[in-house]
Amino acid sequence: MFINFFLELRKAKVPASLREYLTLLEAMQKGVPNYRVEDFYYLARATLVKDERNIDKFDRVFSQCFNGLEFMSEGIEATIPEEWLRKLAEKTLTDEEKAMIEALGGWDKLMETLKKRLEEQKERHQGGNKWIGTAGTSPFGAYGYNPEGVRIGQDKSRNRRAVKVWDKREYKNLDDTVELGTRNIKVALRRLRKFARDGAAMELDIPDTIRSTANNAGWLDLKLVPERHNKIKVLLLFDIGGSMDDHIRVCEELFSAARAEFKHMEFYYFHNCVYEKLWKDNRRRHNEFQPTWEVLRTYQQDYKLIFVGDATMSPYEIVQPGGSVEHWNEESGSAWMQRLLDTYPKAAWLNPVPEKYWDYTPSVGVVKQLMGNRMFPLTLEGLERAMRELNR
Amino acid sequence: MKFTGTDSYVATNDLMVAVNAAITLERPLLVKGEPGTGKTVLAIEIAKALKAPLITWHIKSTTKAQQGLYEYDAVSRLRDGQLGEERVKDIANYIKKGKLWDGFTAPNRPVLLIDEIDKADIEFPNDLLLELDRMEFFVYETGETIKAEQRPIVIITSNNEKELPDAFLRRCFFHYIRFPDRETMEKIVEVHYPSIQKNLVREAMNVFYELRDTPGLKKKPSTSELLDWLKLLMVEDLPVEALRTKEQGKLIPPLAGALLKNEQDVHLFERLAFIARRESR
Repeated sequence: MFINFFLELRKAKVPASLREYLTLLEAMQKGVPNYRVEDFYYLARATLVKDERNIDKFDRVFSQCFNGLEFMSEGIEATIPEEWLRKLAEKTLTDEEKAMIEALGGWDKLMETLKKRLEEQKERHQGGNKWIGTAGTSPFGAYGYNPEGVRIGQDKSRNRRAVKVWDKREYKNLDDTVELGTRNIKVALRRLRKFARDGAAMELDIPDTIRSTANNAGWLDLKLVPERHNKIKVLLLFDIGGSMDDHIRVCEELFSAARAEFKHMEFYYFHNCVYEKLWKDNRRRHNEFQPTWEVLRTYQQDYKLIFVGDATMSPYEIVQPGGSVEHWNEESGSAWMQRLLDTYPKAAWLNPVPEKYWDYTPSVGVVKQLMGNRMFPLTLEGLERAMRELNR
Repeated sequence: MKFTGTDSYVATNDLMVAVNAAITLERPLLVKGEPGTGKTVLAIEIAKALKAPLITWHIKSTTKAQQGLYEYDAVSRLRDGQLGEERVKDIANYIKKGKLWDGFTAPNRPVLLIDEIDKADIEFPNDLLLELDRMEFFVYETGETIKAEQRPIVIITSNNEKELPDAFLRRCFFHYIRFPDRETMEKIVEVHYPSIQKNLVREAMNVFYELRDTPGLKKKPSTSELLDWLKLLMVEDLPVEALRTKEQGKLIPPLAGALLKNEQDVHLFERLAFIARRESR
């Protein structure tokens, strides 16, 4: 019945399985939803989506597949300007353009002028809905795309039918390619746990004690085991200053999450690329630093190495001796990178720059190659991929 | 059996559909959402609305799936054996029923709440797959099979600390409780404190949503915190004006301890409020 919808979902990378689809049909058969489109939407969501991060994708596919369904149940009540506009804008604008509008700021002001203009038009074209047509021209197309869901002419549209639930895109924030927060990061970092029992046997192992006591014909035989610890050790190297200033917030979040999550965590800063010096306090970097050789000697091979940086610099800073922008480096950055990677085979590079822009900066490619492709975007999904790589 | 919310719980439309689907198809319902948005309360309210007994199983990091089925108390049998008691001869005397067993054999169809399933070990949900699917399990010690005559309504809550295995998810319905919008929130407050002054609520909501919008908060206050705070405000009998902090010249709202639970958050908020005040001058 809804095979098409189901296939579209799978195409959009919502991991729905056949079993869930059958459950949906079963529920339809038993009459769970009240034959209202909205109820069907809720039911389909509860059955087919099992992770809030996928709800946004689901909403998009739903609106695509069941576009116009609402009309059937409610009759044709003509005027829906802002939705048409948004559809139109969504079709004509590319993602970059949308981002640009968002980045320009001053949304409220734009919206206000637009609203005013709309009001004027309403007065002149009383009753008719012709102005919708003219509204479809470029300025409206541009403003019609509206990421926050602000509605044009709010006071009037209340009486008309509301925006469809699935078109509200309320779960947009939960898409895991977008949001990062301390808590989310912690959960992602938790993938890097490795529990092990070692050290002195201190804990009473009750099941084993009982078993061996029983084996011992009822004479008590105490068994002890060492406590369980998280054995993961992490060495974090942060790029700081320069182009990284744009990413301070996300790096702070990552840092505080990592602090809370790992007992054995060491961190150092570097600028653009690693050379012979690393430091712990950025303000006193020129006086208090640690030679990279010493870092290499101090931390054992079982540390997992994580670089955090945008890898955006001149390629010379990586490959040329003396290429650093700050000082004269005897050996090239790539030699130092190689040394670090040789010492710590488990390594990953987290890049706060979105993955799709990587190709525009040659140095990102160079670093990526040095890392053996182990560069991941600093999003939840990227972080999880990185943790999986480190766990391998 | 249909769930439509109760007089002490405001259920949104999508939540009702999900709950009813779980009741009708006798499958577990997995509920996720920010802490403090009423996940656990949901199970209690469903039980209340359907007049069904509620069985709660709180999961901790040390909880094993087996404990939900039954436990064999070897230690007391050992002791009884050494004392030569008569009951030691029947092993069934030392089988302790778990929460699932209770749920399967309850005379009326119960609501079984498995609370905070993500706290347990990663293998925990996998170990319960078959039991929750077929609603039966086998007791090795006595050789009997416990089978549910009426499948309990299973509500599972998760705080998202661990990913749940796919095989487990496939067998559940899923609902994500979104943070309520202003309208729903007003209804929720109304249900909890019917006698509260309207303007106090309005002012409090302003402060609350403003607080939630503060960028960079470590822990955003949620519904249960708002309710606690309102209760405090009512007990302290603060005048409505006290909430208009800007006129008062104070930086953070009164009794903010109920809303901000983190020292850094309090500092952050103070700093932002200070900046805002300086700018408004």
